Amino acid sequence: MYQYDTYDQAMVDARVEEFRDQVKRRLEGKMTEEQFRPLRLMNGLYLQLHAYMLRVAVPYGTLSARQMRMLGHIARKYDKGYGHFTTRQNIQYNWIKLSDAPDILADLASVEMHAIQTSGNCIRNISADQYAGVAADEAADPRPWAELLRQWSSFHPEFTYLPRKFKICVIASPEDRAAMRLHDIGLELVKKDGVVGARVFVGGGMGRTPMVAPEVNPFVTEDELISYVEACLRVYNRYGRRDNKYKARIKILVHELGVEEYRRQVAEEFAHMKTLGLNPPREELARIAEHFADPAYETGLSDDLDRSDPDFALWVDRNVAQHKQAGYAIVNISLKPIGGIPGDASAEQIELMADLAERYSLDELRVTHAQNIVLPYVKKAELYALWQALEANGLGEPNLDLVTDIIACPGLDYCSLANARSIPVAQKIAQRLASNGKDAEIGELKLKISGCINACGHHHAGHIGILGVDRKGTENYQLLLGGSGAEDCSLGTITGPGFDENGIVDAVEKATDLYLAQRTEGERFLDTYRRLGMAPFKEAIYG
Amino acid sequence: MADFITLRSDEPAQEPVVTLESFGDQSNATAVRIEPGEDARELLPFLGRIALVEVNFPAYTDGRGYSAARILREAGYTGELRAVGDVLVDQISHMRRCGFDSFKPNAPLDDADVEAAFARWPDVYQKTVDDRRPIWAKRHEEA
Amino acid sequence: MKILTANDLATGDVVWWAGDGWSRLLVEAIDTGDKGEEIGKHEEIARHVVAAYVVDGEMTADGPRPAHIKERIRGLGPTVRPDLTLKPEASDLTQWVI
Repeated sequence: MYQYDTYDQAMVDARVEEFRDQVKRRLEGKMTEEQFRPLRLMNGLYLQLHAYMLRVAVPYGTLSARQMRMLGHIARKYDKGYGHFTTRQNIQYNWIKLSDAPDILADLASVEMHAIQTSGNCIRNISADQYAGVAADEAADPRPWAELLRQWSSFHPEFTYLPRKFKICVIASPEDRAAMRLHDIGLELVKKDGVVGARVFVGGGMGRTPMVAPEVNPFVTEDELISYVEACLRVYNRYGRRDNKYKARIKILVHELGVEEYRRQVAEEFAHMKTLGLNPPREELARIAEHFADPAYETGLSDDLDRSDPDFALWVDRNVAQHKQAGYAIVNISLKPIGGIPGDASAEQIELMADLAERYSLDELRVTHAQNIVLPYVKKAELYALWQALEANGLGEPNLDLVTDIIACPGLDYCSLANARSIPVAQKIAQRLASNGKDAEIGELKLKISGCINACGHHHAGHIGILGVDRKGTENYQLLLGGSGAEDCSLGTITGPGFDENGIVDAVEKATDLYLAQRTEGERFLDTYRRLGMAPFKEAIYG
Repeated sequence: MADFITLRSDEPAQEPVVTLESFGDQSNATAVRIEPGEDARELLPFLGRIALVEVNFPAYTDGRGYSAARILREAGYTGELRAVGDVLVDQISHMRRCGFDSFKPNAPLDDADVEAAFARWPDVYQKTVDDRRPIWAKRHEEA
Repeated sequence: MKILTANDLATGDVVWWAGDGWSRLLVEAIDTGDKGEEIGKHEEIARHVVAAYVVDGEMTADGPRPAHIKERIRGLGPTVRPDLTLKPEASDLTQWVI
């Protein structure tokens, strides 16, 4: 994986000192909260319902064991012994002291990590496919492109006070595991005549006005990537709406201009920008790519597995994905134990995962947008030993992509923006459908819960989505069906009137019961919904 | 405390500053102010006679002025480019990278904080309109 | 009653106006009448707290009870982590919050 050189390290160290100075000036009264807020946000520090919350960047979701161990250390030393992995492949701590924040950033910098631009109206942490570099189906490795963009976007002087936040995602497989088209800019690397380039999608997003990003350019090469993206951003910075926070994302600009006109304006700006020498030379992408070269895989390894332990066999079938290298496997560690808090991990679990990555996965882990952890380089011969260690520590839940593998935002239990709690709903649904065995019967079903319209829990993109709202001071939950964040990207539709907490659990079960009764061979819940349409589901839920 | 900061060696421009709208009608005007939302490119035909462009930041969180400044420098403007309004010490280093070379904040800035802000970044990741060579260029020149 | 809440500036802890200063315990919150906003502003300027705001509530046998679920959770802690709330032993957390 990427390793900082002295330049990268100096930049992160400078940022720590800058923030240390800013915190000092805030505590001394040289800055008002209004002046300080955007600065702390650009260092990942929010003020939440109970305390300050720190969001640490995990660039394109990739971590070394040493970095993961540091995340456990921070949970233990500065927080209450746990962290929460997020839908943007980051980690959040819920109980941070402002006065500790500079020391935490310094600890992070000591392992080449940071919290730079994990909030604020700037370019956020770049996300990517969690199977990058090991997926059998990718056209190129998205990580070097993501790292190039990470460096370019860090402290970008023109784009630090955009109309609103800006999220970029890079994938390179036809199968989209990162919800690419629901980003402000989504890049899909493709090969044309042996040359790698990016399809550029602009203007996707969730929130209160969800949109699937349209394609703005079918092929941008590495030689022009930075100037093209810079042109996309400049048009947005100049013309994105600033009169209404809820209409300030780039998706609204692209929608209001129309994709043709946005594309034309970008092309005009790009024609100018490509004369300015903004693009790093090819040697730079090549330098970065060397860090992501394939490890020295052992060859001649067997693909055979001893499946005599049925619990192990089930976990392999559900949580282990195919690796591009014979004899190796991609392991998904579910952070969704039945009845647990989606995405939470204790300091002990975080440290254990670091140890296991060191022992079994060439020192590397990934965070997924579904709030799980991936070990990308596990020898099949060692899967059983790994599974036993996970199982013994509450990390062996065999439920990847099942209805119990729920994405949930922190909701009203932690978040000051939320209207309703998300986690208890996730817990109840998982408990209900696991206890009666329907989870296994249903198979793949992506259920996503947000505690407010900001959609951090991706409810628009759930096969089943749940949106928590405030109805006259009580929690109420709306149900959506038919969304997808994958390559068959679509936005869910609200079924009708909302439910209370128990009501929404019943409604989910009714919808899945209808699916079980109506599905044809090989159909997922989403497929059946798309074939049948809303009417029968509505009937089953409300009838 | 400083209520005006310049990075230029020449004297600050003293000309009366006119709005962008009236600038077009006043062929003798040499100083102009751009508000957020106004198109800096309207000035491009007149760059030769302009001594001062003020870019107003009514709120420091409105980042349009950064693009306006960079556009002017990219087009070859060499006169004074002044950030005025809600100009705070934590933004002036980015402003400088976008081409601003003088600053007239609503509230005076602490001299030591200003100095620290300009000295903050050992290097930069992007090529912009200041003379700093980005990290990627340094990496490959040394190699 | 009118309850004034904020976060401690340096630690971020949730605090409640208790008359002669801030308390971490909702049970010690007092009725600030029409003075809440003024106290909050003053305390922000003094850099004791951040994000002060006033909420409606009522006095009950168990002490002050904010009118909205959001501040009831704020006063208690995350309902999904009883061990981290102010009532770790209580079995009826959810009941209290709702």
